[in-house]
Amino acid sequence: MTKWIEGSGPDNDIVISSRIRLARNLEDFPFPVALTKSRSKEVLKTVSNALLEGNSVLRNDFDSITLEEVPQLERQVLVEKHLISPNLAANFEKSGVLLNKDESISIMINEEDHIRIQCLLPGFQLDEAWDTADKIDDVLEEELKYAFDEKLGYLTSCPTNVGTGIRASVMMHLPALHMTGYINRILQAANQIGLAVRGIYGEGTEFMGNLFQISNQLTLGRSEKDIIDNLKDITRQIIQKERDARSTLLSNNRAQLEDKIYRSFGILCNARILTSQECMKLLSEVRVGIDLGILKDVSIDNINEIMIMTQPGYLQKIAQKQLSSNERDIRRATLVREKIRSNN
Amino acid sequence: MLCENCNKRPATVHLTKILNDKKTELHLCEQCAKQSEQIDFETSFSINNFLTSLLDSIQDSPIKVDYIQATKCDYCGMTYGKFKQLGRLGCSKCYSAFREKLITLIKRIQGNERHIGKIPKRAGGSIRIRNEIGELKRKLNEAIKTEAFEKAVVLRDKIRELENHLREEI
Repeated sequence: MTKWIEGSGPDNDIVISSRIRLARNLEDFPFPVALTKSRSKEVLKTVSNALLEGNSVLRNDFDSITLEEVPQLERQVLVEKHLISPNLAANFEKSGVLLNKDESISIMINEEDHIRIQCLLPGFQLDEAWDTADKIDDVLEEELKYAFDEKLGYLTSCPTNVGTGIRASVMMHLPALHMTGYINRILQAANQIGLAVRGIYGEGTEFMGNLFQISNQLTLGRSEKDIIDNLKDITRQIIQKERDARSTLLSNNRAQLEDKIYRSFGILCNARILTSQECMKLLSEVRVGIDLGILKDVSIDNINEIMIMTQPGYLQKIAQKQLSSNERDIRRATLVREKIRSNN
Repeated sequence: MLCENCNKRPATVHLTKILNDKKTELHLCEQCAKQSEQIDFETSFSINNFLTSLLDSIQDSPIKVDYIQATKCDYCGMTYGKFKQLGRLGCSKCYSAFREKLITLIKRIQGNERHIGKIPKRAGGSIRIRNEIGELKRKLNEAIKTEAFEKAVVLRDKIRELENHLREEI
């Protein structure tokens, strides 16, 4: 069960998920980039023990996963569910993750930093995500000696994370702002006030299915609360703008909009071959259709689930074997048809 | 600085290539840069080369640069030159080893050089106490100004207590 995919949260018509990530390092080890394999094992053990042996409540809730022992497809699925970063999966020989039962908290070990606490919740819940991450941080800190400098704060491998080590982000679905062309202006404005906008799989990825990830860039010289409040403020404004754009589209171009949504829905229900690009694009349009009350037979949660299940890793996990891209496109189309029908 | 290619327009694109420890620099105007085959605009813009380019623009004279490049962290062995290539530090001690240069860089990327967020309870024990003493001293001054002497005595004792605590920790 993955909370952010299957659960629903506030404003989930537009904000898909909220995430807080804290970067922390141990004082007595070199950063992962300079760690040998045997020393990385020590870090893995030290961090897991700190959580699993120190706190009995958490011990029962968390599973410790050594990535080397996990098959490649499983690792890819963890990435597709946003529970670990592609970077952590790539360095599987030295890394691990602590995952709680509802998969809302993942603690990556030996990513770019020794510890990356991530809390990921459905909908617009940044404060809740921060509260959880902050608590986990306190628990770990009781057992571990963090690298901390009085002036510079938490010391991180990359100077872009030094200070609070916090990255707060929201994943938003902004089809109407995209359709009406307003998105670029908003992205520019966000950049100017120190927020970064990226595709959903992080740095350097393109915007798939109108999904945008907005996060803070600066980590030093302001408090965690200020950083989160700033992001919340902007997110609220973007939500409002997206809702306005949707209602404008609806009142000015209702027929065109309905046509587009029903066509997309029609393709998803009937296609025999779907590439991941096309699938995301169509799902995005169907999602708007549901939000606007045009499509009534499908639920948002169902769409979220399909978005994750149609990723290459997940498809291959279900098939329990490696698939060529053509095979994946066929299986993707089948899965979408079945999933949409089962919801009816 | 004028463009190295046309010598007419001002150079706005500065490219530094480090290949096998050999560094070449190129300064071009935007138009020449677009035509230059040496610059691959398709390469994705990563935070690493962004950092590296920032670092290059901070350096002053070539002699000083060599000296700084060779500066080494005693704990993990990372050199400043290597950090520039990787965009990642080797350990937490690197922050002291390269402090002078890093602070300039951090100030540039973060627009700030002072942490005001969360402080770990354990590692930051003495920092917390010092912050608290500072806060109490401010309150003490205020109390004296407003002649609230009873309150001042309480504050003074609290400050003494914390200062003793701090001494014991050290």
